This record gives sequence, structure tokens and C-alpha cells, in this order.
Amino acid sequence: MRTSTGARAGQYAALLAYLVFLAFPFLWLISTAFKPPQELAGLHPTWIPRDPTLDNFRQAFDEQPLLRAALNSLVAALGAALIAVVIATPMAYVMARHRSRLTRAATGWVVVSQAFPFVLLIIPLFLVLKNLRLINSVPGLVMVYVVWSLPFALWMLAGYVRAVPPELEEAAAVDGAGRLRTLVSVTAPLLAPGIVATALFAFITAWNEFFFALVLLKTPEKQTLPVILTHFVGAEGVADLGPLAAAAFLATLPSLVVFALIQRRITGGMMAGAVKS
Amino acid sequence: MRTRTATLLVSLALLLAGCTDGGGDSADGRVTLRFQSLAWQEESVAANEELVREWNATHPDVRVEYVQGSWESVHDQLLTSFEGGEAPDIIHDASDDLADFAHGGYLADLSDLLTERLKADIPQRTWETVTFGDGVYGVPFLQEPRVLIANAGLLRTSGVRIPTPERPWTWTEFRQVTKELSGDGRYGVAWPLKEPVSATLNLSLSTGGRLFHRGADGRVTVRFEEADQVVPRTIHDQANTDHSASATTLGSGGSDTLPGFFAGKYAMVPLGFAYRQQIEQQAPDGFDWQVLPAPAGAEGLDQGVSPQTLSIAEDSPHKEEAAAFVDFLLQPDNMVRLALGDWMLPTGTEALKDPALHTSEHGWATGTALAAHLRSAPAQSVRGYPEWKDKVATPALQEYYSGAIGIGELRGRLEDDGNLVLARYQR
Repeated sequence: MRTSTGARAGQYAALLAYLVFLAFPFLWLISTAFKPPQELAGLHPTWIPRDPTLDNFRQAFDEQPLLRAALNSLVAALGAALIAVVIATPMAYVMARHRSRLTRAATGWVVVSQAFPFVLLIIPLFLVLKNLRLINSVPGLVMVYVVWSLPFALWMLAGYVRAVPPELEEAAAVDGAGRLRTLVSVTAPLLAPGIVATALFAFITAWNEFFFALVLLKTPEKQTLPVILTHFVGAEGVADLGPLAAAAFLATLPSLVVFALIQRRITGGMMAGAVKS
Repeated sequence: MRTRTATLLVSLALLLAGCTDGGGDSADGRVTLRFQSLAWQEESVAANEELVREWNATHPDVRVEYVQGSWESVHDQLLTSFEGGEAPDIIHDASDDLADFAHGGYLADLSDLLTERLKADIPQRTWETVTFGDGVYGVPFLQEPRVLIANAGLLRTSGVRIPTPERPWTWTEFRQVTKELSGDGRYGVAWPLKEPVSATLNLSLSTGGRLFHRGADGRVTVRFEEADQVVPRTIHDQANTDHSASATTLGSGGSDTLPGFFAGKYAMVPLGFAYRQQIEQQAPDGFDWQVLPAPAGAEGLDQGVSPQTLSIAEDSPHKEEAAAFVDFLLQPDNMVRLALGDWMLPTGTEALKDPALHTSEHGWATGTALAAHLRSAPAQSVRGYPEWKDKVATPALQEYYSGAIGIGELRGRLEDDGNLVLARYQR
């Protein structure tokens, strides 16, 4: 089983190449955000801006309400993530532990619902939200995001529940723990990485979502970041590249920060030591 | 149990039905109109917002709310808003996007709403871009010709004749000039043809190309005749025979050609008139550029355009107030402000007389001289055009320009495949 030095070097090289591939767009975005217009139009692009400027950021903030849009995005994404996991966790538990024809049908429906195109959903959704007076409101958008991310969250969490050995719950029951106590003290801690991962999924999905926000939010003070970013793009795809890159760079930061803060919770070995060997 | 569920559902439905919006009237009788603008450049947004402020200051009973829209997904966004009865009262869009909305009954017919001043100010050929059937569904207010942006230094040193709107290059002359300007790693022209169909069709009006022919029964068929072939042949030959056009930019957008243009790699780039703003902003210090008219054919400098438009939603309860606002926005002085903000041409004849649009700086005078030659884009009212464009014409023209197929194959695909597509829309 020992890996040779050559194979290990190859693995690291492949990993490095993959990281470079993933990081390239983000690094290019940062570089673009700090370049003046003349440098953006240079024939030989440079990694490090020769004459770095903050003008793109100034222009982006001057032209569009970026801070307010970021706040709207944050509220929508956090709200959606929180509500989605609160609803999905007990449902996923039932789907995973109590296999019946009904839960199998529900799982099938969850998978099928992922295939619906947005345009099919948007008009009925629009009408429902309009009648509820939730058009042009962030709570209305949160509702849509919850409904939208719920099927996948449910599916994802059900997988995590199945990974928790039922024997642990049975052992707790044998030790005299009631149903609720077992769920709270035994199952929930083991599910924590799954819940965090699901919340992260729902957060990032909502943070980046464009189409529903575009259609449902009408006034600039309610719009989210992805919608505001399109205001830097004109007819036939002409773009104000510098300010667009600056705003897009700022828009990626919260996702990165949230991910950096909680990624250890996802990858951490919460299951370690749960089962006696 | 079943009765209780049914009662609950009916109650919910009634509750939903009862919660409809009350429209744009306030308790004191004041009207609020929502104006969705697609202006996106700093100067253009500022001009729009300023005009809305001026209107609100002088019209206390009809308040206009400025709503920033975006060109991205505007069609889907409007369609959803129309279906949901939540469309803005005043809608900014492009004329080639209006046909479906007009046929769908979402836009108000403006024939009786517009003032005689505005009707008379805009030429009939421009009104044709927004006329569908017997109705007029938008006011065209800004438009841009396709022009040649040239490296003035290269042009001067080459000694070629500099064209003017009065004495433009013919297509044959243009091909010859691009050959003369090529060499030493430089191309005479870089065609940005990521979207080859509208560019080809619109420029082909200059050679008498029509492509779409409406029969006596109203049905449209595609015929790729001799006059339609002049522009595509020129581009094809420049790229594949003379090598005076860069083959790599054929799949690029306009902005992608600018770095090579600034670096002197291309002597000319055919672009929309509004691209001058980007060129002015991004050109290196001392870079000397100028605006030339596109080449002329049998029909002179004619070319097709799809102007930017202002429409009024059919569902708007305040169509007359909305029309009054449109009239205010498009007063000659205001139209000039909007045009300068967007680096485009106003459609109004009075606005076009403004001295600010006749200065040689940034090529304004050349563009303004072309205004009289702008016509409705050939595909404007052809149902099925978007599908024909995406499925048939775009790949066929791309293959032709790259040299993969010849003119015979191109003709066959545009006509045979194209007519099958259009026939489905005309049954």
C-alpha cells in the first residue's frame, strides 16, 4: 500500500493543477478589479496591474447601491439557509429511517422536481406571491428560495441521516434514553456536519441566484447583488468591465468568508469515535 | 375530514383572490407611474434620473418612479411581469423585442395616445420599426448605425481615400482598402461577428438585400439573392482569400476586438456607434481614432436598425399620464440629453439638429449624417425569426465566414432549412 515518491509527486502536481484551474477565474477577477480602463484593453494582459487603481470600486459604489444589495442578499441567503435546514432536517430523518412506499415516492418526487425549468415555475410563483403581496419583498424571495432549495436539501440530508448507524440510536434506547433524548443527544450531533453542509449549499445557492430575484424584486432598494451586477452590462453584452469586476469581487467575498468559517465543520471528523471499535 | 380540507382550500383561494394590488393611485388621488429604464452607462443613468426628477418637480399629481432594469433577461423579466399583471407603466426596450409583446396584447397601442408633435418629429421609416399590424407599440427614441472605427494614424500614412457620408467607400473599394492596409502582421479589418446574423442582414440593406420576402398572402419566405450575397461574400473573401480580415475575431464580440485595435493589429473595426464611449474610455493616451461610414452599395448607405423604444403597458390604468411623461422625456432637448448619455443618435428630427450632435469630436457629425439612412431591420416583424436566426442562420453564416462551406451551401441552408422553420410559424 505504500505510495512511491513519484506517484505522490504526481498526485500533488495534479492537485496543484486542479487548484490553479479552480482559482484562475477568481484571481483574474481580482486582477481585473484593480486595472484602469486602458490596461483592461491592453493586447497583452498582465496578472499584476501595472498601475493599480481603486477607481473601479469607487465607480461601482457611486453607480449602484452595492451595500444595500449585499445586505438584501445576505438576509435572503441566511433566511433561506436557516429555514431550509429547519424544515428539511426532520423530514430527511423520516425519509431515511422510515422506509415505506410513501417515503420512496417522496424521494422520487424530490429527484423529479429538480428537473423543472425555472420558466415553468416562475409565472405561477409570481401570481401566488403577488396575491400574498410578497412581490418586491425580500421575505417573498426567501420563501421562493426555501421552496427551491428544499428538495435538494432534503435529499442531501437524508443521505447524512442514513450514514448515522441506527445501532447508535438502538444503543441509546437500550441505555434508557427516550426518543427525543436520542434524537437530540445522539443523532443531532452526528448530523451536525451534514446540517452545516446543507445550510451552506442553501446559502450559496440563494446568494448567487439571479433569475427569481430579477423577476420578483422591482425597486433598486430591494434588489440583490446578482441583479445589481447586471446593471453594469449593456445591450449586446457590452460591459463596464472594471466596475463590474470590482463589484463581482466584492460579491464573492461573503460566500468565501462563510465557507472559510464553517468548512472545518463539514470536513471535521464528527463521526470519529462515535462507534467503539 | 375531506369537507374540512376542501373548505380550507376554498378559503385559501378566496383569500388569495382578494389580496390583489390596488394599482398606482394614492389616497390623495396622486398617480404614481413606474418607469423601467435599461440605461446602464453612468452618464445615461444620470440623464434619465435627472429627467425624472424634473418631471416630478413640475408634475405634483403624476409622480414617476425610476426603476433600474437591465438588458440581461429583460424579455423574460417583462414577460413574467405582464403575466402577473405587475408590469411597469412605462417600458424601455428594443424594437426587435416588441413583436411578441405586441402580438400578445401586453403593450398599449399608442396611435391615439401620442401627441402630434411627437408623431411628426420621428420619421415614418423609424415608426415602421414599432408598427405591428395596425398598431404602434412603442416610441423609437435612440438608434445607432454600424460604423467603421478606424485607426486614424494608419489610415493617413497608408494614403487611402478617406470616406465620408457624402462619398463613402463601395463594398468593392472597401475590400481593396483593407488589402492595402494589411501586412506586417496587421489586418485591414477585424469583424466581430459573434452574432453574425443581424450584422449581415442590417448591412445588406445597403446593397438592396432583403432576404425576407412577403407574398401577397402575407406569408414570408427566405430568398438569398444576388443582392443579399454582396456583404457576406466581402467578409468571407477578406477573411479567407485576401487575409485582410482577422479570422480569429469572427467569433468575438465587439469589445474583444478593442485590445488588438488599440495595439495597431487591426486598422478598422466595424462596430455600433455607441462603442465610441468604450473606445474613448479605454484607448491609450495619444491613440488617434476616427469614425467612418460603413461601405455603401446600390442602395447607398442604407442599413437596418432596431431602435431603443419606450412603450406603455396595456394593463397600466394611467396610459394618458404615461404618454404625457413619454412626450416630456422625448422633447427635443431631452432626447439630445438621452442620446449624449448613451452615445447614440436620437430619432427625432428636431433633436438631430442640435449642434452638440454635429461636432467632429468623437465622430458625432459622421454618425448624425447617417441617421437619414437608417431603416427598419429586415427581420423586424418576421415571426419565427429568432428560431431561424439561432438554429439556421447563425451556424450557417459562421461556417461560411470561417471558410468551412461555400456560398452555394450557405444559400441552401438559409433558404431550405430556413423556410421550413418559418413555415411552422405561418400555418
